[in-house]
Amino acid sequence: MMTTLARQLLDRYQRGLPLSANPYAEIAAELGVSEQDVLATLRQLREQKIITRVGPVFDHHKAGASTLVAMAVPPERLDEIAAYISRFDAVNHNYAREHDFNLWFVVTAADQQQLDAVLATIETDCGMPLLNLPMEQAYHIDLGFKLAWQD
Amino acid sequence: MSASASPSDSIMQLSDRDRRLIELTQEGLPLVAKPYHLLAQQSGMSADEVMCRLQRMQECGVIRRIAAVPNHYKLGYRANGMTVWDVADNQIQHLGPQVGELDFVSHCYHRPRHLPLWPYNFFAMVHGADRDDVQSHIDAIAALLGEHCRARDVLFSTRILKKTGLRLKARE
Repeated sequence: MMTTLARQLLDRYQRGLPLSANPYAEIAAELGVSEQDVLATLRQLREQKIITRVGPVFDHHKAGASTLVAMAVPPERLDEIAAYISRFDAVNHNYAREHDFNLWFVVTAADQQQLDAVLATIETDCGMPLLNLPMEQAYHIDLGFKLAWQD
Repeated sequence: MSASASPSDSIMQLSDRDRRLIELTQEGLPLVAKPYHLLAQQSGMSADEVMCRLQRMQECGVIRRIAAVPNHYKLGYRANGMTVWDVADNQIQHLGPQVGELDFVSHCYHRPRHLPLWPYNFFAMVHGADRDDVQSHIDAIAALLGEHCRARDVLFSTRILKKTGLRLKARE
């Protein structure tokens, strides 16, 4: 079960931390606890994998060029091709999904030229076409999730 | 809301020092009292420069936020479905933001069709406690899109093969 402090940290600080020299001390002051408690609780949440990290959330589209790619891979080759795809540093998400297009991954590069080069390499090496689905417009409001506490 | 951004108009020019900071922080800040001072040591910049660069990237939208990032699976969102829709082109600008603001939708995008293989031009990532929960959310989106949606599908993930933060290497 999570402590009250853990819940407060998740609820309030999934939307942003102070960007200052002593951010955890500021949080501690806001919540009326000690800096050590804040740090210990965040470390514990990370060890329990309740948070993946405390840090910047980057917008791929603004940090470089990126696209979503789908492939229809013969099931018997899925493991092999998925492992090949995951080895690219430019690939940061790679999912197997239930569909004829069964492999979905996001490719991000510093610019469009480098992105195109990665896509061409993958297409040539795998010998099958890629479905290239770059974002044309984003519509979501990205403010974190409503957390429904259930104990 | 990220609704106004089109992919090409807003790519910020990042310097090698910005990229170095992205590399150092993409798996998280160090959980120590003065994280930016530690980053300063690691990067050979001053703590002020580290914070200024992060601040600037945040203002430009390269960094959406610096935050505690929850693992939704551990918090009870056990199912996620990538829902895909064929929405009338003349309605997508109007309907897209309405779907994007639903609280069970985390990401929502207009993407190109590839006919005849791929008829869908609208993607919404839907989260729920289980697949039934996700299905009821899909029904809600379908009701919202109404007659402007010609076809739809949902792709559940069977395995996460790789999921990391942004990996942008500094230019050599």
